[in-house]
Amino acid sequence: MRLITGNDLATGDVVWWTGTDWSRHVEQAADAGERAEAIAREEEAARRVNVPYVIAATATADGPRPAHIKDRIRALGPTVRPDLTLKPADPAAGSWVI
Amino acid sequence: MYRYDEYDQSIVDARVDEFRDQVRRRLAGEITEDQFKPLRLMNGLYLQLHAYMLRVAVPYGTLDSRQMRMLAHVARTYDRGYGHFTTRQNIQYNWIRLDQAPDILAELATVEMHAIQTSGNCIRNISSDQYAGAAADEVADPRPWAELIRQWSTFHPEFTYLPRKFKIAVIAAEEDRAAMRLHDIGIRLTRRDGVLGATVFVGGGMGRTPMIAHEIRDFVTADDLMSYLEACLRVYNRYGRRDNIYKARIKILLHEIGPDEYRRQVEEEFAKVKALGIDPPAAELARITAMFAPPAFDPAAAGDVADRSDPDFAVWLDQNVRAHRQPGYAIVNISLKPVGGIPGDASADQIDVMADLAQRYGFDELRVTHAQNIVLPHVRIADLKAVWSALVDAGLAEANLDLISDIIACPGLDYCSLANARSIPLAQKIGERFADPARQRDLGELKLKISGCINACGHHHAGHIGILGVDRKGTENFQLLLGGSGAEDVSLGRITGPGFDEDGVVDAIERVTDKYLEVRETGERFVDTYRRVGMTPFKEAIYG
Repeated sequence: MRLITGNDLATGDVVWWTGTDWSRHVEQAADAGERAEAIAREEEAARRVNVPYVIAATATADGPRPAHIKDRIRALGPTVRPDLTLKPADPAAGSWVI
Repeated sequence: MYRYDEYDQSIVDARVDEFRDQVRRRLAGEITEDQFKPLRLMNGLYLQLHAYMLRVAVPYGTLDSRQMRMLAHVARTYDRGYGHFTTRQNIQYNWIRLDQAPDILAELATVEMHAIQTSGNCIRNISSDQYAGAAADEVADPRPWAELIRQWSTFHPEFTYLPRKFKIAVIAAEEDRAAMRLHDIGIRLTRRDGVLGATVFVGGGMGRTPMIAHEIRDFVTADDLMSYLEACLRVYNRYGRRDNIYKARIKILLHEIGPDEYRRQVEEEFAKVKALGIDPPAAELARITAMFAPPAFDPAAAGDVADRSDPDFAVWLDQNVRAHRQPGYAIVNISLKPVGGIPGDASADQIDVMADLAQRYGFDELRVTHAQNIVLPHVRIADLKAVWSALVDAGLAEANLDLISDIIACPGLDYCSLANARSIPLAQKIGERFADPARQRDLGELKLKISGCINACGHHHAGHIGILGVDRKGTENFQLLLGGSGAEDVSLGRITGPGFDEDGVVDAIERVTDKYLEVRETGERFVDTYRRVGMTPFKEAIYG
């Protein structure tokens, strides 16, 4: 599957394209398919996302998982500061990142 | 310390106003990201892996307690409660909001700080010796010269769009504590027949093509130094390559035309520049120098002796405290490298503690080191125990200066969008493997430096042991280097051979240190032994 990710313009937060909007949670990311690049351009032009780009990912029962380690770290947060990740209370949250 | 005059303050304030308007226009959609990116970078604002990152300049690594408290305030108010001190003697915040960045810069400006020229193809923050003004071996205080260069390079109209970024270091001692010869220009102040001047080195740097700077001028008098620097930059600006980012640094220019031809062109340009009269009038130099006058040391301190009855305190004294040129005083190194911690990170509370200690015990001065530690340069020996006790309470009393766990590490793939591998977890694992303080001290001075990519922000080329993280088909892999040094015995490390995974490289380092213990001779540091016996014994120990 192909995901679109970028950053929120004002906050800088990592965001993922859900099919209709942008979410901070990779679990809500949607397969953008062949239109991924076109969607990224349209969304950036509308200032709903900053510096979007398309990545490869794998669909799992727990949601999409980015193929590359860099995007997996973007999806959760720094591996060395679990308290600053999106799921600080879940000790298993990072099991798929590395 | 240098204090802004009206002119300094007005240009910083004006820059804040300008950036506020640029951010407003970006958020309103009046300018695109392509248009905005160079503007934000000129103000130290990057877009990193998780968020915007703000790099704040700490000129030649020097701060007072008021500024240090402001850094804590920014961490607490606008970030997530911590900051990261860098190998450029600056501080970075990892979780900045674009819409708050102008407010941060406005707050920084109230304490004479900014983020100008912490990015972009311009002259970056000037580096210097963290022991400036305190070291017994310096021929002059390098800070007035670093400050002069800061003023000369700030918004210099010719040098705002150089072929590539440009880094300058100024030292004034034989011992090089600033990695001077790994800068684009390295300046070592020296005296000849009683006249102050400088030896000028050009073309050093790390990154994907590491090079040691060539000595370009044996001696230029201090009166001519700024003209000479102007000439060095002009030749680079004229001939440095702009067609290939990987060949744009001045080190490549020197490599391509040779140091002799570069020197010839600089001398030719220098003769022209000198006629322009850009060197500062004596009164201006005196004004700046006066702000770096020594603090009011107490002559009665000369008889002070530290009470070494507490063994933990005694270990810290031996490891982290260095001799001061003023009898009765000492230089305190505060390690930001606790075992298992993140090199260079400090919480807002810890930053406040260091500010308080500087104000109470250290003539209100702090320094950031390129090794990502903090220095209190002037502490009375009688106060060392109180300082240490406060550091213990704050988790800042790790007694590991220059030992294997005093690791330089870039933010790596945990934070940096350029990185290929994570540096910090590796630093943590190495720290934990060598956690035993007695074992570390037995190994002695051993500078270990980790970069998460070829850009070498973690100075891996200059590590006695260096580690470079690379991406091997989507998996982190680590190359091991031996024999580098950023000090006065400057050298570039050599790769041992095939790389390792994270655990594998920790094991390899242990095999290297075991071999060192086996073959070292009395008084030899690790790097001395490496230079004597060469790579082969270590390679055999690593790969069998």
